[in-house]
Amino acid sequence: MFLDEGDIQAIWLTVRLAGLVTAILLVLGTPIAWWLARSRSRWKGPIGAVVALPLVLPPSVLGFYLLLAMGPNGPLGKLTACLGMGALPFTFWGLVLASVFYSLPFMVQPLQNAFEAIGDRPLEVAATLRASPLDTFFSVVLPLSLPGYLTASILTFAHTVGEFGVVLMIGGNIPGVTRVASVQIYDHVEALEYGEAHRLAAVMLVFSFLVLLALYARRPGKQKD
Amino acid sequence: MDMINARFKVDWPGFTLDLDLQLPGRGVTAIFGHSGSGKTTLLRCIAGLERAREGLLSFNGDIWQDARTFRPVHKRPLGYVFQEASLFPHLSVLDNLRYGQKRSAEKIVSLDQVVELLGIGHLLDRRPDRLSGGERQRVGIARALAVSPRLLLMDEPLAALDLARKREILPYLERLHDELDIPVLYVTHAPDEVARLADHLVMLDGGLVVAAGPLAEMLARIDLPLGLGEEREVVLDAVIGQRDPDWHLARMDFAGGSLWARDRDIPVGRHVRVRVPASGVSLALQPAGQSSIINSLPGQVEAIGDAEHPGLSLVKVRVGDVSILSRVTRRSVAGLQIEPGKAVWVQIKSAAVVE
Repeated sequence: MFLDEGDIQAIWLTVRLAGLVTAILLVLGTPIAWWLARSRSRWKGPIGAVVALPLVLPPSVLGFYLLLAMGPNGPLGKLTACLGMGALPFTFWGLVLASVFYSLPFMVQPLQNAFEAIGDRPLEVAATLRASPLDTFFSVVLPLSLPGYLTASILTFAHTVGEFGVVLMIGGNIPGVTRVASVQIYDHVEALEYGEAHRLAAVMLVFSFLVLLALYARRPGKQKD
Repeated sequence: MDMINARFKVDWPGFTLDLDLQLPGRGVTAIFGHSGSGKTTLLRCIAGLERAREGLLSFNGDIWQDARTFRPVHKRPLGYVFQEASLFPHLSVLDNLRYGQKRSAEKIVSLDQVVELLGIGHLLDRRPDRLSGGERQRVGIARALAVSPRLLLMDEPLAALDLARKREILPYLERLHDELDIPVLYVTHAPDEVARLADHLVMLDGGLVVAAGPLAEMLARIDLPLGLGEEREVVLDAVIGQRDPDWHLARMDFAGGSLWARDRDIPVGRHVRVRVPASGVSLALQPAGQSSIINSLPGQVEAIGDAEHPGLSLVKVRVGDVSILSRVTRRSVAGLQIEPGKAVWVQIKSAAVVE
């Protein structure tokens, strides 16, 4: 067998995590990106900066703060305790929550660009054709920003797959729960299992290349519109 | 009750608008002015695309905006044609037309009717990027009409097109005017569009109303400093009464008589707009004798005003039920002793008349 059972478990966990995070961010990122694209508020700059923070912040820093927030004395920890959900750190859902923060800019920024590129005019036209703002979003904005949604989803998914530092801080290394592929590779190397590390690393390399290929291959087609 | 009452005050950096207008609720009202005069802003305020700080707007008794209300754009029963057609690129021509039609509660105008009116039947399956500029704008106009608007707003619909495309679309707009009973507010800075389409005229300058009223009356007002273009002219509503194939001339009958002008292949009985430039009209105390001028009509001087040059005067002459402007030298006015009330013969140069 090319990959052992632990590897497959780690890959499956990674895919589940990345898929879930992408789905959550599609819902969450859309209004944020819309607001950032359309608002003339003076809060636009600060909020935009906060959304972009994970791009430059070391993952360990982000993970550290999230760990504190999710801990028994942190605001998120108290909230989850109140709701009877128990503590989030070292659980799959803790990982999901952390990844949502970590991958937020990869969803929001392409969407924001796509929304900005549409401009005011199609929205005004739709309004004069009796479409309410919500109707306009689904009938005009969504179809026109489909390429942006595709880019944002691919980037978010791929970025979540590649996450390592935040996972270690929040999730630790529990097989089947929080041990994702990147952590699994780290474990292999720690245990001097270079052969196993190679195989899993190769899978990740091919995956990353294919993702980027999918992104870049779409570019020329985009200009024909 | 058929009336649009609009009062807007806009105070933006470098731009102000302060208007109080009563616009007729029928026919085509041209909102005419140079760029920066506020005509597009006025239209956008009426549509609700722009929200004036102080605004009062009612349409046939319905309040669209006042101190407490602001009816959102999508709830106003209007159609809007933008300068660029702005078709939805992801939808076919037919789906563009259907977009507003299926969302509108009113179904007075049918899709077939607008498709026929704008002559776009052969384009329905196409994507907007496969259309020419003129075709796009025709679809844009059809799309706005398909919502069965009770008021049609048009923001320089021809300004983005070249002369040939303009000529292609103008006849469709004239048909619209003749066949649909929808009041139109038509923003433009092109004198020929006003002359061909408008029934009423609002002149804006620097965000203020210079003058407003029925077109014929407005054009004949010699107290106004500005005409439509470089030259003053009047517009007469006429009917083709006779065609003379030998000389390629057509007789146009209007409320003050009739005049001969170039035959443009328009059938007898058809309604035409005739533009008579003041420079093509001279005055005489007797009917034309041996002269190149064919058209000689009796009239009575109403008023005399200044023209753009100190050596020239504008003379407004009542001919039947209409007024015609004549631009003559000040010396001729003195020499012929032209004064209000005097009977004169108006001589209209056929070659100068445009329709």
